Amino acid sequence: MSRTSLFILQLLVAVAAIAVWHIGTSVPLFGVTLLPPFFFSTPVDVAARIVKWFVEGTIWRHLWVTLLEAMLAFAIGSIAGVLIGFWFARKPVVAAVFDPYVKMANALPRVVLAPIFALWLGLGIWSKVALGVTLVFFIVFFNVYQGVKEVSPVVLANARMLGMNDRQLMRHVYWPSALSWMFSSLHTSVGFAVVGAVVGEYLGSAAGLGYLIQQAEGVFDVAGVFAGMFVLAAFVVVIDAIVTVVEKRLLVWRPTAAESRAA
Amino acid sequence: MPGNVGAAAPRPEEAAVVLDDVSIAFRLADASLYTAVAKASLTVADGEFVAIVGPTGCGKSTLLNAAAGLLTPWAGTAAIFGQPLAGLNRQAGYLFQAEALFPWKTAAENVAIGLEIAGVATAEARERAETWLGRVGLAGFGGRYPHMLSGGQRKRVGLAQVLIRDPKILLMDEPFGPLDAQTRQIMGNLLLDLWSADRKAVLFVTHDLEEAIALSDRVVIMSAGPASRIIGDWRVPLARPRDTSEVKLDPAFHELHREIWDMLKGEVLKGYRQTGGG
Repeated sequence: MSRTSLFILQLLVAVAAIAVWHIGTSVPLFGVTLLPPFFFSTPVDVAARIVKWFVEGTIWRHLWVTLLEAMLAFAIGSIAGVLIGFWFARKPVVAAVFDPYVKMANALPRVVLAPIFALWLGLGIWSKVALGVTLVFFIVFFNVYQGVKEVSPVVLANARMLGMNDRQLMRHVYWPSALSWMFSSLHTSVGFAVVGAVVGEYLGSAAGLGYLIQQAEGVFDVAGVFAGMFVLAAFVVVIDAIVTVVEKRLLVWRPTAAESRAA
Repeated sequence: MPGNVGAAAPRPEEAAVVLDDVSIAFRLADASLYTAVAKASLTVADGEFVAIVGPTGCGKSTLLNAAAGLLTPWAGTAAIFGQPLAGLNRQAGYLFQAEALFPWKTAAENVAIGLEIAGVATAEARERAETWLGRVGLAGFGGRYPHMLSGGQRKRVGLAQVLIRDPKILLMDEPFGPLDAQTRQIMGNLLLDLWSADRKAVLFVTHDLEEAIALSDRVVIMSAGPASRIIGDWRVPLARPRDTSEVKLDPAFHELHREIWDMLKGEVLKGYRQTGGG
């Protein structure tokens, strides 16, 4: 399928969904409105709300706050995940000792931590960053740990036969391998950074997309809730596209899925 | 021991590799010992090309890894140019059977890395890497990553990666095993070409007797495992320079092949029975 026809089909899905939504909310069927606007708003109202936010410029501050929180959560969670992942992978005893606690911490639904973070760090951005960090950290940590552990023994033996000392092995073998695993989970970890920020905002804050949605919900402003959701979705799509570009640059040495199938 | 190699072996202190009564055992999962190689003695003179041939799973690669210092023998000693081997064999270059290139480095970076870690300036290392890529027939491919190269091309990069460090000994573990027949011939000729320039000592492990005879000065036969031994040692009376495909038409080649195969056949069948025909 060509790119254009694929894009047209993708667009058709959106058009159809909006059409169903529009008809359901505005055209009564046998005297019954299937989607009462009070609960479902209407596409026109939601679009008008989004346009209003951007025209008045009130949305930018919220977008910026969410973006800042997500970026900080991603950066801090990634750095911690890389360092500790490396440490655990190189020191099996440490990994064995901490193993049950890592599993426990990872099994914990992170939402329950949000009130504690709000208590400790206040309602500003840092309680949201902390929530994002707890999500990002484990993804990066597990991938880096795996990346260091799963270096091909042949590549490792080759590196040693070529004369590498421990420090050079770290730099030329373990580090690139760990980073490649981390980069391959970039979509997930960036996504979780955004989730952490938005959920944190939703549970208590004064700015951000999560705050916007929570405020609208509080006054039964369904158009506001939907508008917030659409802005959030677009925000995530843009970030994901940026991640794809970054990933392509960083993992240029990796065969693409199509190539590895052919090989 | 069958074979045509007499007692006039080179004096050990001059030899590139001397394995003396080497036994290698592994601890299995159930804590029992598996003896892969038992009391193997092998001498490779400086500048000599020796092939080790044996049935699947006979411990050829294990013996090679002992010469590389990747494995420590359970008993016996390994000496390199008269020095007992402790730790990795720093005089040796090792060409692996499996993919051993760094997938995150380009072909040129893969070739240059051996020099860079030895302290050669990056620019000079890259320049010499380009020269070596030319020598293995990959001029202009330096910017490609391993996954963009064919299996044969990757082996060429591997060869350049090892040879650029100018090791005195070349250890090769079925390096052309995964390649198709034509590519193997071409790679064999390339190897002989590069080797004839400065005649390093070579220890070449293969399961392919034809390849072994076509390439080497001496063919050493190992018995089927476990506890495999060296059971034959033949000198190859073929003139150099050789072409690996033409040399197979030489009557002397056939004579030697028949002689060695008579002995190897029994070991191969034994090896098959032990590994369940695998």
